[in-house]
Amino acid sequence: MRHIISVLLENESGALSRVAGLFSARSFNIESLSVAPSEDPSASRMTIVTSGDDNVIEQIVKQLDKLLDVIEVSEITSNEHIEREIAFVKIENKSIDESMMEDLSKNEFLKVHKTKNNEIIIECVDSPKKINDFLRSIDKIAVKIVRSGSVGVNSN
Amino acid sequence: MKQNIDNKQELFTGAEIFVKCLEAEGIDLVFGYPGGAVLHIYDELHKQNSVTHILVRHEQGAVHAAEGFAKSSNKPGVVLVTSGPGATNAITGIADAYMDSVPIVVFTGQVRTALIGNDAFQEVDTVGITRPCVKHNFMITDVKDMANTIKKAFYVASTGRPGPVVVDIPKDITEDKCEFVYPEKVSMRSYNPSVQINDKDIDLAVEKILKAKKPVIYAGGGVINSNASDELTKLAKYLNFPVTNTLMGLGCFPGSDPQFLQMLGMHGSYEANMAMHDCDLLIAVGARFDDRITGRLDKFSPNATVVHIDVDPSSISKNIKAHIPINGDVKDCINKIIKKTMDKKLKPMNLDSWWEQINEWRKKDSFKYIQEKDIIKPQYVVDRLYEITKGDAFITSDVGQHQMWAAQLYKFNKPKRWINSGGLGTMGFGLPSAMGVQFANPDSLVCCITGEASIQMCIQELSTCLQYGLPIKIINLNNRYMGMVRQWQEFFYEKRYAMSYMDALPDFVKLTESYGHVGYKVENPNDVDSAIIEAINKKDKLVFLDFITDPNENVFPMIATGAAHNKMILS
Repeated sequence: MRHIISVLLENESGALSRVAGLFSARSFNIESLSVAPSEDPSASRMTIVTSGDDNVIEQIVKQLDKLLDVIEVSEITSNEHIEREIAFVKIENKSIDESMMEDLSKNEFLKVHKTKNNEIIIECVDSPKKINDFLRSIDKIAVKIVRSGSVGVNSN
Repeated sequence: MKQNIDNKQELFTGAEIFVKCLEAEGIDLVFGYPGGAVLHIYDELHKQNSVTHILVRHEQGAVHAAEGFAKSSNKPGVVLVTSGPGATNAITGIADAYMDSVPIVVFTGQVRTALIGNDAFQEVDTVGITRPCVKHNFMITDVKDMANTIKKAFYVASTGRPGPVVVDIPKDITEDKCEFVYPEKVSMRSYNPSVQINDKDIDLAVEKILKAKKPVIYAGGGVINSNASDELTKLAKYLNFPVTNTLMGLGCFPGSDPQFLQMLGMHGSYEANMAMHDCDLLIAVGARFDDRITGRLDKFSPNATVVHIDVDPSSISKNIKAHIPINGDVKDCINKIIKKTMDKKLKPMNLDSWWEQINEWRKKDSFKYIQEKDIIKPQYVVDRLYEITKGDAFITSDVGQHQMWAAQLYKFNKPKRWINSGGLGTMGFGLPSAMGVQFANPDSLVCCITGEASIQMCIQELSTCLQYGLPIKIINLNNRYMGMVRQWQEFFYEKRYAMSYMDALPDFVKLTESYGHVGYKVENPNDVDSAIIEAINKKDKLVFLDFITDPNENVFPMIATGAAHNKMILS
């Protein structure tokens, strides 16, 4: 089962390594990990997407909670939540025709940027599932894919 | 202007503040080894008398000594080493303390802050290297943080589930100056060791306790860490429940009590393991269902309701799912159970038939051995040591067969008397940890049960023992083999004894004498008693007793890795 774990942690040097080290030392999976400032300037919020059965997730949450730099841990997938990710896809201009360009421009979740080198960068903000679907659709022409990893928040 | 300066508070160097912090924390003993990065600190230690520094011969020894000190007292152990190799040499000890939840604080020197990351002389990323084997670690990057960080370090090491804390101190921080105020209290928003016990969980447990027909209490090192031995004993005696101990828990329930089933697990007693397998209620107290305890997980206590009491929530349901998890300090939890059973005079079920079954299992006498005429059995030495010391000595041990025989045959009636390396299984632990035990208990008899392989891993500490006059008694069970390796090779590798024979052994008597101590070689079973008595009578001397024992003896019972509890190899 896929789970999103949201972690509020102290802005201390090494706090990120403690979390990353915990995952590798205990063989927990990481699908994606993103970290950025939070509402509290002395703390960062980290969103970890992981997978495992209930026992594994219980251990992940407990072990994270045990880390001294971790202020708060919550598993957000078990309740209503919103999850978004950003992806940039670079495409060579020649691999795209006008009708395709028009389709892309019409899609409200996409933004199209042009580079000086005549490349196109598509910016996509959506749920990881939708992003996966989109990436599959342009799989053959994508030159580079850059994804942010998910962030999520409970919405109930 | 001058007036103004006079009014300012006095400034101290980081090194001065370091020593003042130890004083304020009530630390009077530090185990360590000097080096470039910590010279300012050593200079300050030299100028004062309230903190005594014990010079070891290798940093690993310093950490084990601090562990022995902490495990046999109610104080944290303290270590001071230099940067680079000083820190890396300490790591085995730090990892050992992490696995066995020992409260120690290890101060490591570090290169100047301006040089960090430069591959400077004796630089190593100590915080990075120790991160996976500490409860927490800190690097002090401003002298103003020194006092607060040291306060936090002792607080974190000693509270909740105890563990090692490393504090890395760059050299320039020890010469920078600031005012000194030692904080009275410390609070960390991300660390709150005082857990609120859920009374509903206690009620559920009490309900099961009063209905159990085949209960077992499985008690581990957490009982000792929580100073809850008296409470556990009181409760178990009232309930008439059988008690088994983990290797780390020995002594938390009296070893000679008729309700004691001996140690459980891979080399545990037949009755303990059978009771664990057949019980209907398993009360785990301050224990963590280690793989050496559980054996095969899916065959573990198949019919039991599991109550798990532990201060560390991540230990609960990690390996074995707890039906009734109770997160809290062990002592507080037991006291709550006492209030709801004993204090209300509620009686448990009649356990006669369960005890009848247990006594039937006991008849196997699974730790038995036969002492022959001409060769000393290693078990016999432990047995005699137990009888002669009346079970009242502090016993440290190294790792291997001798450790298991010590655990099986020396009956510990008091907590904090059995000091060994359980989780990490560190050969070399025995002698340096005995030094720490002797420092914490200067008037008590401290014996180190070891083997000829383990003792050589930290043998250099014999020199430390001479310098500080530590009258430790070393009981060397010399079978010329890494016995436990040999035993596994005999059972599982068709007797191919790859590298397990200890060739070219030193003459331990001469070796001990060259360090300025007393040594005896004992080969005849008839001389075992007199050798032990003579060693004990040499009250102010370290005595090394080199017992030449049967090289073919194996530790029984044994549960092979991955086997169930009721599948024991008995001989």
